[in-house]
Amino acid sequence: MKVMAQLAMVMNLDKCIGCHTCSVTCKQAWTNRAGTEYVWFNNVETRPGQGYPRTYEDQRRWKGGWELTRRGRLRLRSGGRLHRLLTIFANPLMPSIQDYYEPWTYDYDRLFTAPAQDDVPVARPRSLITGKETKITWSANWDDNLAGAPELAAGDPVLRKVSDKVRLEFERAFMFYLPRICEHCLNPSCVAACPSGAMYKRSEDGIVLVDQDRCRGWRMCVTGCPYKKVYFNHRTGKAEKCTFCYPRVEVGMPTVCSETCVGRLRYIGLVLYDVDRVGEAAATPDPKDLYEAQKGVFLDPHDPEVIAAARAEGIPEDWLEAARRSPVYRLIFDFGVALPLHPEFRTMPMVWYIPPLSPVVDALVETGHDGEDAGNLFGAIDALRIPVEYLAELFTAGDVEPVRAVLRRLAAMRSYMRRINLGEEPDESIAQAVGMTGERIQEMYRLLAIAAYEERY
Amino acid sequence: MAGMDGPVSEALLRLGRHLRPGETGPDLRTIHKSGGRDGDVFYRDRWSHDKVVRSTHGVNCTGSCSWKVYVKDGIITWETQQTDYPSVGADRPGYEPRGCPRGAAFSWYTYSPTRVRFPYARGVLVEMYREAKARLGDPVAAWAEITTDPDKRRRYQSQRGKGGLVRVSWDEAVEIIAAAHVHTIKTYGPDRVAGFSPIPAMSMVSHAVGARFISLIGGTMLSFYDWYADLPVASPQVFGDQTDVPESADWWDAAYLILWGSNVPVTRTPDAHYLAEARYRGQKVVVMSPDYSDATKFADEWLAPHPGTDGALAMAMGHVILKEFFVDRQVPRFVSYVKRYTDLPFLVRLDERGDAVTPGKFLTAADLGHEGREAAFKTVLIDGATGEPVVPNGSLGFRFAPDGEGRWNLDLGGVDPLLTLYGTGDAEHVEVALPRFDGAEPGVLRRGVPARRIAGHLVTTVYDLVLAQYGVARPGLPGEWPAGYDDPAVPYTPAWQERITSVPAARAVRIAREFADNAERSGGRSMIILGAGTNHWFHSDTIYRAFLALVTLTGCQGVNGGGWAHYVGQEKCRPITGWAQLAFGLDWSRPPRQMIGTAFWYLHTDQWRYDTFGADVVASPLGRGLFAGKATADLLAQSARLGWMPSYPTFDRNPLDLADEAAAAGEEPGAYVARKVAAGELGFACENPDAPENWPRVLTIWRANLLGSSAKGNEYFLRHLLGTDGAVRAAEAGPEHRPTSVTWADEAPRGKLDLLLSLDFRMTSTTLFSDIVLPAATWYEKHDLSSTDMHPFVHAFTPAIDPPWQTRTDFAAFHAIAKRFGELAREHLGVRTDLVAVPLLHDTPDELATPHGAVRDWRETGETPVPGRDFPKIVAVERDYGAVAEKMAALGPLLDRLGATTKGITYQVGPEIERLARANGTVRHGVAAGRPALTRDVHMCEAILTLSGTTNGRLAAQGFAALARRTGTDFAGLADEHRRITFADTQARPVPVITSPEWSGSETGGRRYSAFTINVEHRKPWHTLTGRQSFYLDHDWIQEAGEALPVYRPPLNMGAMFGEPAPGGTAPVNGSAEGVVVRYLTPHSKWSIHSEYQDNLLMLTLSRGGPTIWMSPADAAKAGIRDNDWVEAVNRNGVVVARAVVSHRMPEGTVYMYHAQERVVDVPRSETSGRRGGIHNSLTRLLVKPTHLIGGYAQLSFAFNYLGPTGNQRDEITVIRRRAQEVAY
Repeated sequence: MKVMAQLAMVMNLDKCIGCHTCSVTCKQAWTNRAGTEYVWFNNVETRPGQGYPRTYEDQRRWKGGWELTRRGRLRLRSGGRLHRLLTIFANPLMPSIQDYYEPWTYDYDRLFTAPAQDDVPVARPRSLITGKETKITWSANWDDNLAGAPELAAGDPVLRKVSDKVRLEFERAFMFYLPRICEHCLNPSCVAACPSGAMYKRSEDGIVLVDQDRCRGWRMCVTGCPYKKVYFNHRTGKAEKCTFCYPRVEVGMPTVCSETCVGRLRYIGLVLYDVDRVGEAAATPDPKDLYEAQKGVFLDPHDPEVIAAARAEGIPEDWLEAARRSPVYRLIFDFGVALPLHPEFRTMPMVWYIPPLSPVVDALVETGHDGEDAGNLFGAIDALRIPVEYLAELFTAGDVEPVRAVLRRLAAMRSYMRRINLGEEPDESIAQAVGMTGERIQEMYRLLAIAAYEERY
Repeated sequence: MAGMDGPVSEALLRLGRHLRPGETGPDLRTIHKSGGRDGDVFYRDRWSHDKVVRSTHGVNCTGSCSWKVYVKDGIITWETQQTDYPSVGADRPGYEPRGCPRGAAFSWYTYSPTRVRFPYARGVLVEMYREAKARLGDPVAAWAEITTDPDKRRRYQSQRGKGGLVRVSWDEAVEIIAAAHVHTIKTYGPDRVAGFSPIPAMSMVSHAVGARFISLIGGTMLSFYDWYADLPVASPQVFGDQTDVPESADWWDAAYLILWGSNVPVTRTPDAHYLAEARYRGQKVVVMSPDYSDATKFADEWLAPHPGTDGALAMAMGHVILKEFFVDRQVPRFVSYVKRYTDLPFLVRLDERGDAVTPGKFLTAADLGHEGREAAFKTVLIDGATGEPVVPNGSLGFRFAPDGEGRWNLDLGGVDPLLTLYGTGDAEHVEVALPRFDGAEPGVLRRGVPARRIAGHLVTTVYDLVLAQYGVARPGLPGEWPAGYDDPAVPYTPAWQERITSVPAARAVRIAREFADNAERSGGRSMIILGAGTNHWFHSDTIYRAFLALVTLTGCQGVNGGGWAHYVGQEKCRPITGWAQLAFGLDWSRPPRQMIGTAFWYLHTDQWRYDTFGADVVASPLGRGLFAGKATADLLAQSARLGWMPSYPTFDRNPLDLADEAAAAGEEPGAYVARKVAAGELGFACENPDAPENWPRVLTIWRANLLGSSAKGNEYFLRHLLGTDGAVRAAEAGPEHRPTSVTWADEAPRGKLDLLLSLDFRMTSTTLFSDIVLPAATWYEKHDLSSTDMHPFVHAFTPAIDPPWQTRTDFAAFHAIAKRFGELAREHLGVRTDLVAVPLLHDTPDELATPHGAVRDWRETGETPVPGRDFPKIVAVERDYGAVAEKMAALGPLLDRLGATTKGITYQVGPEIERLARANGTVRHGVAAGRPALTRDVHMCEAILTLSGTTNGRLAAQGFAALARRTGTDFAGLADEHRRITFADTQARPVPVITSPEWSGSETGGRRYSAFTINVEHRKPWHTLTGRQSFYLDHDWIQEAGEALPVYRPPLNMGAMFGEPAPGGTAPVNGSAEGVVVRYLTPHSKWSIHSEYQDNLLMLTLSRGGPTIWMSPADAAKAGIRDNDWVEAVNRNGVVVARAVVSHRMPEGTVYMYHAQERVVDVPRSETSGRRGGIHNSLTRLLVKPTHLIGGYAQLSFAFNYLGPTGNQRDEITVIRRRAQEVAY
């Protein structure tokens, strides 16, 4: 056992309002400069939708992340290292600027400088790449709130997998938001793909960074990352990515995206893991087992053996204390409601998500599928508008059971707390039905509903 | 251990790892590094700054979020939210962090290419001005010449909005502005000067300083809340109070929450987390929205009533609640609540009119033979114990009369009010006629009520009328009643509403039942959050009354976690008393001129000329013909001449000259004016609004973007008010629809305004059309105060940098204007007397002007009107025009003598004035010598806080003591008497306010604010006729409209009124291409706050980069439109060019053009008009509802932004078609 510490994040999608404040504060702090106009370290996608860059989740096309060889060994999907070395000057597996979007501005100065003329002055759009007038056909968030969905959602790689379960019509409409930053993976394919050794994972906290001095701009990391969260700065010719705001977290402040998250849905915490077991876990044969496999890599911060081993690795006491208080650990283990994003990419991502509840489908309402009615708790989950199959393709490689289990726990929490809210006797059977106790439900409730600033980070 | 790739690459890697620092993982996958990270210094540098400053955004969103503004090397870099809000309790979520993506993108403006850096003016105007001034030697003479020479006038007016702005100096800009004001006051009168600046709460000083200038010179401040159509008229009607609502932390207390036409995640972004979190506490959430909106994500259930039909659903829910919780079974808490806190037990006279009996006026003490003026305002109920009529405390008749002292309260003594006469011994059954509006033509319902004769009057209770209206049958009563919930034919059954709304009847029943059941089980913690989706309709007051019935019947109003939560442009300037004194110059002269915005624009943009229908289009089939043969403009004029609503410009004469005339005649001004008007020798300006002497001449807009945002009927504004090109396609009314009491000019004027002045920091549609644009400081460049009703804190704006380039704060700009104005005015105006016509005001004895709401028009009776009774009050005000700048800069002496009055309570502020003199210092010379200084913005901040009860506990306690004398009830302990909030406190951290009678809820003891908790818990009456929450309204005009009781009224029939095609089909545009006819809604946008941020590059990048219209796939298919196609939307009001967003979250038959997408960014020329495609409001226009013009009667009396006609715009339809995809700009 070799213990390492990892900064991790959980986002509760059930609380996300899709406001993009995280994206804006992140961009203003880090990427509102020449060369990174199109770069959003943090972005928010409406699902169903194509994402940013478009269809990035389709690894048959983009070849990001890892795959297993026939012998069960991990291999970068973009090809072996020799192959990548040979294609280093002509990497065809890069999203083009159009797959992100072609950034633009407007000739605002026309509003001041227009001479006396026969009509109202207007600022026209102008490409920030070519400097020429442009028609806007794609943006950083083009399909927000199902915009254009009848045509565009077909391009959602996740939707394609469950298209038999989903009909894009008014009566069955559903949507939710997926905020994304770099996953700061335990098994980062971007790091492995870098021919210059410029990408690295910080030993003390696991943050994945690009050494700006060493980066040679080969962009293999862009290809290697299945989440497409490494970007190429076309001004400096170097790769840049989410830094987990290390200048902030080093001094005890949460990341910008977390602190400014007005939905209060982000949790930051330290997780201890056994670095020796990462590779094996990432090579777990059945993708549906990867979620449990990754949990198996994490270490119990209360376990005396783990604590001793951590001390031996030089992990300081206050870090161990932080690991014990980690809301991330609690959400993954104590409450069992957080799931990894696309575990099938085999990178062991470290930004996890609580899947969202949603309104029941109208057609099923009259059958009594009431989310708070304990008797109907489980029936209600399958009547929700967001198909569990869709969520499962995001979080559990298609295995619907873990998703159902999370949604049941959330529903049970609501049902259990409703009785208390109305001054009625708590019903322990509700907690037991989802493998929890009333006390544990109340702890979860406190963390999900009330947790103040200092409890979330 | 699972290996990597293959042996060759592993060998390469093993070699490579010796060549670079850092530790390679044992399986060669990863590199771990600790140290040697010089390459990352860039990010550390970027995260370094010199200071962090607390400020906020003075934008009209009610967020009032405190922000950290980061500054490095004297440059603002970015902003993040403050997280230091005081706790709201350990067992509930707090307010951190507050803010949204719009706010986070604000600093982009500071250095953006759309920043207004210098003063600008229309080139052609400046040239003419310079030439005239050089020749005439006097700025005022120069301005007079340009604006009165028809040719010169046309030259610059017709150039408005068409480029040609030039830089000018501050001195020259201010001189032209001052000259325009002086000339206008001298020639036409001070009431021809107007100012428009909304929402004081969002930056109180910036608002107040400009309003103070306008008010001190006798100009008119225009209302905004009613104009925005955000003002719910039902609030004064039902509560006698305007929009008092819970803070968002109180949503947490609700156990059942309906979001009705409110898209909280978008429009109340920083508060939305309470929605998500309260669900975890077991709150059930129901969303009513025509589209699958952002808020729907948080719903347990989503109901999608057709747009504008929400009232039908609410009425049906009321039917269920009345049936199941009042008639079939009685919930003790509900019954005791409605008996004490609503008008349901009060008696209403039944009028026997031919073959029909109709509900008439409230039975009052006067009907019982009581003497005195107030007797007609004391309503009557029956004591259940004795069966005898009694006059309970608390009605309006007790509020102002000397003998009402100690009796204006909700104590019932030993009386148990009788709710219904049904089943009482001497009740007879009477069939009453009630109007219905659900069909193509209005109809009549006949339903029985139990009735009794008292003092010769046939009477029943409001409750019995309500049951009849809702169609809840009781055995033995005559009339036509629904067969059951599943009867679709008659109002107001669940099956009936299904036909109208499309919401399945069974679901309506279940939601109603759950809502009431939850209220019963939780003690009133069922809440409805109401939004613009239900509030921006012509008949929104009826929709809202149907909602309010739900929360009052179930005893939820005045309970934490219950009641209405109306969040539509609402604001809460918590330190309201101090702000009002400064803003309206009440410390120097009273009264100020305050105008209902909608009526002002309706008249002066000539939209009234395009009303191709009669005012009786809204009338009840049971009406008496009060509106017959009249146009809406006639009713507006009637409202003005009866003193109901304000009307500025008031008379067809300069009020300064009028004062001189009265003095010359040796008559008291009021008597003189009334006599002259009665004799036909003096006219109201609103009776001839197109006559040049009655035009508004100077308009100043700051903190607002009228022409890019709120101007309903935008194209009419451009054509008639400004005199430039507008895309109006409508025809004017034919002779049969023209007003009879308002003069019709053969040709409508074009170009009424002499000067349009705007102050802004960015280029907007308003600045583009302005004659002069002054460069404003942003919110990160000045001191100010912010508050909201969404949270209970007051907090500060603090400058992060000094105003850059030539920008100035609003404070500095208006002081500069005032100074130059004074210099010119001293010579041209001197000291004059101004006659101000003041309407009958709410929360004053003026409410007693119209007994029973029975309208007597002196013009029709031939009587001479009496100011203050059936005519505006006429008040002489001395104006020392040369001293305006000095007065602006000091707190005047009137406060010492008259105190400061808010909602009927007067605060004596002697000690406060002394304190301000010490804190701010005093002025040494001039008219203000010895007075506390207001020479800096921070002085005004301090004065606002010192002069308000919410921020000065001494005043709050004083106010409660005064209130207790009137009510005779106890408010002790509510106000924290010894707490004072200073400006420095608000700069340090957001500060919770003090409970004060300025508002109706209590924060005492760290409690969450909810409206009317003081009324419920301390038995303080509502400010209504009965002193209770009102189901029944008995004013003549309300009854004429058929709206005495809650009622369903559908959206307006635009086909019948204007000849527009019917929604749902297709229609030709330009005589050729077919377009699809759809309902056109303008809900609030995710990417802007009104027009603010819609031009912000970050927001444009996160959306679609320019104006869009959202539509359903079915509608798109009908017109051959694909996603992102250029489309044109056309109706009689104008044209919009935008790109289509096709989405299945939109319902068929309805399109959204999200609010305030203006014409500055990526708007090409229209194929239809050949001109720049318009803004969202190019397709809308004003439609004034006559009942909003009522005044002088109980709660239906005017106060600024309290009551007035709404600028509603949701009943509109349009034709949309695909246009050529090659666009020209």
